[in-house]
Amino acid sequence: MAKTVTNYFEELRGTRVWRSVFRGGTGSSTLRRALAIQQNVFLHLFSTKVRTRMLSFSTTWYLGTLTLGTFLILVATGIPLMFYYHPSVPQAYADTKDVQFVVSSGLFLRNLHRWSAHAMVFLVFAHMFKVFYRGAYRPPREFNWVIGVILLLVTLLLSYTGYLLPWDQLAFWAITVGSNIASAVPVMGNKVHFLMLGGNMVNANALLRFYVLHCMILPLVAMLFVAVHFWRIRKDGGLYAHQSEPRTVAAQSVPAAAKGAQ
Amino acid sequence: MPEEKQIAPQDKEFDRRAFFVKLGLGSLSIAAAGTVAFAYQFLSPNILYEPSPIVNAGKPENYAVNSVTLDVNSGIYLIHAQEGFFALSAICTHLGCMTAWKPELGIIACPCHGSKFKRDGEKIEGPAPKPLPWLQTSISDEGDLMVDRSVTIRPMQFVRV
Repeated sequence: MAKTVTNYFEELRGTRVWRSVFRGGTGSSTLRRALAIQQNVFLHLFSTKVRTRMLSFSTTWYLGTLTLGTFLILVATGIPLMFYYHPSVPQAYADTKDVQFVVSSGLFLRNLHRWSAHAMVFLVFAHMFKVFYRGAYRPPREFNWVIGVILLLVTLLLSYTGYLLPWDQLAFWAITVGSNIASAVPVMGNKVHFLMLGGNMVNANALLRFYVLHCMILPLVAMLFVAVHFWRIRKDGGLYAHQSEPRTVAAQSVPAAAKGAQ
Repeated sequence: MPEEKQIAPQDKEFDRRAFFVKLGLGSLSIAAAGTVAFAYQFLSPNILYEPSPIVNAGKPENYAVNSVTLDVNSGIYLIHAQEGFFALSAICTHLGCMTAWKPELGIIACPCHGSKFKRDGEKIEGPAPKPLPWLQTSISDEGDLMVDRSVTIRPMQFVRV
């Protein structure tokens, strides 16, 4: 047996078709590895090289990555759920119950969607606390913190709009209360309330509007800002990690270094 | 002095290029403002398929004296007091939850955030900023009690049959 699986894979990577898709080419040199990241449309947002201490668990607790994971689960479970859900007053609640009790694997998908939604809100907050208490929001990363705040708001709005869709008592009164909070906006509060619900009460228009926001507008906004968020990590010099040198030692060596420069 | 002649056209504050830039930006601003107005009007429904604000509460005889009747579909209390009939909005003035009549306590209570009201709508306690409003009530030609939920009236205006 001359050829192993690795040999076959190497051969595949050498074919013309493969080379037309992945232009970086074969080999594991530093250049090839960097090109594999840089020339991939999804991965090129990230740095081609990172320091190992940036990837250690204690640096980030992987909270941002976990948040992305829940978001991907929510997209993957949300789209199948859309096949069985009609955003209309007579059908919405019945469809939700059908998903739970009639549709094959519907209960699994719905529960996964719901638990991931809860987890995402928790993880977004945890991620922000971790960033805040590590001081990772400081310059040059201050703008990425702002994008993070926007993503927090988008996450909360996704959570809020999704809450109405089962069209049960909990959903109806939660959105009634929430939309009445919006009408506390000075001067234009009632207009905001009216535009949000597409009427004066939580009804068919509100259900449809929340559905479109939940399934179309807010996910697109989230993806856009997530892309900028990741790209900014590279542009701002990678993930924030403490210097390997202890801070006290670093502080003492600064004046000496400055003196030497003079 | 050929140099001065070359500089002179640049010193002009308003040349053709600046004019077209201003024209273009001005047109874009007007178009943007138009888009905002367009979007606002598009998103405001012109017809609402919401229930009529006028509710037929039925014959007055159906309501015993000193009774408080909640209609959950229309969100109103029809109350037959000693002085006469009156209708009260059942929508909490705090954040719009449906309140409930507690006969054992003789009060109206909101399940959401704990606001409590007297039978005439006056607030006892809780976060509600205003009392429950009295709604315009009248007797139709057929002798039915009619409540207009869109018109609030000053309290203590009873309807006598």
